[in-house]
Amino acid sequence: MKILVPVKRVVDYNVKIRVKPDGTGVELANVKMSMNPFDEIAVEEALRLKEAGKAEEVIVVSIGPAKAEETLRTGLAMGADRAILVETDQPVEPLAVAKILKGIAEAEAPGLVIMGKQAIDDDSNQTGQMLAALLNWGQATFASKVEIGEGSAKVTREVDGGLQTVEVKLPAIVTTDLRLNEPRYASLPNIMKAKKKPLDKKTPADFGVDTTARLTVLKTEEPGGRKAGIKVASVAELVEKLKTEAGVL
Amino acid sequence: MAILLLAEHDNSTLSDQTAKALTAAKSIGGDVHVLVAGSGAQGAADAAAKLDGVAKVLLADSGDLANGLAEPLADLIVSIAGDYDTLIAPATASAKNVMPRVAALLDVMQISEITEVISADTFKRPIYAGNAIQTVQSTDAKKVITVRTAAFQAAGEGGSASVETVSAPPKAGLSSFVSDAIASSERPELTSAKIIVSGGRALGSAEKFKEVILPLADKLGAAVGASRAAVDAGYAPNDWQVGQTGKVVAPDLYIAAGISGAIQHLAGMKDSKVIVAINKDEEAPIFQVADYGLVGDLFELLPELQKAL
Ligand SMILES: Cc1cc2nc3c(=O)[nH]c(=O)nc-3n(C[C@H](O)[C@H](O)[C@H](O)COP(=O)(O)OP(=O)(O)OC[C@H]3O[C@@H](n4cnc5c(N)ncnc54)[C@H](O)[C@@H]3O)c2cc1C
Ligand SMILES: Nc1ncnc2c1ncn2[C@@H]1O[C@H](COP(=O)(O)O)[C@@H](O)[C@H]1O
Repeated sequence: MKILVPVKRVVDYNVKIRVKPDGTGVELANVKMSMNPFDEIAVEEALRLKEAGKAEEVIVVSIGPAKAEETLRTGLAMGADRAILVETDQPVEPLAVAKILKGIAEAEAPGLVIMGKQAIDDDSNQTGQMLAALLNWGQATFASKVEIGEGSAKVTREVDGGLQTVEVKLPAIVTTDLRLNEPRYASLPNIMKAKKKPLDKKTPADFGVDTTARLTVLKTEEPGGRKAGIKVASVAELVEKLKTEAGVL
Repeated sequence: MAILLLAEHDNSTLSDQTAKALTAAKSIGGDVHVLVAGSGAQGAADAAAKLDGVAKVLLADSGDLANGLAEPLADLIVSIAGDYDTLIAPATASAKNVMPRVAALLDVMQISEITEVISADTFKRPIYAGNAIQTVQSTDAKKVITVRTAAFQAAGEGGSASVETVSAPPKAGLSSFVSDAIASSERPELTSAKIIVSGGRALGSAEKFKEVILPLADKLGAAVGASRAAVDAGYAPNDWQVGQTGKVVAPDLYIAAGISGAIQHLAGMKDSKVIVAINKDEEAPIFQVADYGLVGDLFELLPELQKAL
């Protein structure tokens, strides 16, 4: 089977975010961008399934600006076979991303889509579930273990009280949690090879998807700040402060 | 028109996350109906009926709904969505699983993890691990919303709503439940605890985590949290993780021991009322958000603290 892995280009998780002073958004100029960490885990999982003989081909896909090609090349350097870039300069919301991914899934007929549970920029945590709904496929979100069987996958999910294991019919959508695996680094020779791997370019219109935003962002602001407090010298002083000053004990 | 609130429960008891999301729902305005979907869930439905401000409880009781699988639950919600302008749920693991599926079936964008209601169509929500706050206005006809419960007080009791039954649509059979490994504990839940004691990588082993963090937590009647590093290293189970991708908490007192204070961790706890940090590195970023910082070795300080209480 083929595995489709949607990957998003986001601000690197180590970057300290700055809100633009005029409230129109977050500063993105000259900021280091990387593949969304959960999507790296998704690529890794797909590659491991291929290496274990459970899949023949891994296709990475990204929806975003021309520069998202870099993110796709990272996926190719990790070991994906080919890439699809759906190019647009407009920000695309999860619902529209899911609609575009539906178009790609219909064209490619993958046996499995593995994607991140959450993009660390919008923190939406919804695209995978939406794609599953639009395709009328089963979903196994927040996965920490994936086992492929005959026509189905057994997935262990991280839930509030612990873990839940479900079985989903294939094709299905799996979204990754942090502990699913430890993604590999691309080696230099593989980075070189990735430059020659096939990368198809499309547009949202090719899939008949209108990317007009449903949510209008009225304002983006800094969160209410929190000031550093004081250092106490001893446990006794700490307990005293918590009792009298803070009143929480 | 009315608001449908999806209850979080374990069939017999209602999670207080439901009462917190109810507060958000009430500030949107309109009759609030609570949907309790489960199997043998009369107990949870009765509890929901007692919440102050609930106009009606809908109980969908079926074996197919026993394990909170997203596919049948989404089909159920969509089957009754016609009567509602707003579909809202606390941002628990189960609601985060199902609500976007509902949103897509209704062709609307979900508004994830709101922290404030500005009006019936305008909300605040954190992005970038809480490093920026967006005010968004939805242009969709129906609103599908999840609520960051740490940002809302729980609604009180005093209601006496009627409980009506609704039937679940036939099962699509896309997925099935295999097993659960849900830890049961006498300790309070992270998301409702007044005090949390959290441990980080510095604990060094599962044994030390148990030996140093748990007795202090028990003395304080506190819930136990952990950093991702501690969870990844196997010192603590996954459902204890606090942060951007773990639980978001806002207790009265949060004690962070041996946690450096990465932004992804801060995202889950920086709205706590009082933060105490114990770390041997006086430059650790956690001290920038701590009300009270104690520099030193946690293996000495935590037992000392436990004795002093
Ligand atoms: C996409 C993504 C999502 C993430 N989500 C989360 C999340 O939800 N939650 C989360 O916590 N992290 C998350 N992280 C990880 C985060 O970036 C940090 O790696 C993690 O929080 C570090 O954990 P820590 O503070 O325990 O470990 P460290 O950063 O290693 O800090 C250990 C601290 O212990 C101190 N110390 C050591 N020995 C002692 C001692 N004897 N006494 C006292 N102090 C001592 C050290 O000075 C140090 O400050 C995420 C990362 C990514 C990429
Ligand atoms: N523009 C995009 N291009 C490719 N994949 C995306 C895009 N946006 C979201 N995704 C995928 O959907 C997951 C969840 O994103 P979100 O719902 O935005 O939190 C991400 O981890 C990606 O796998």
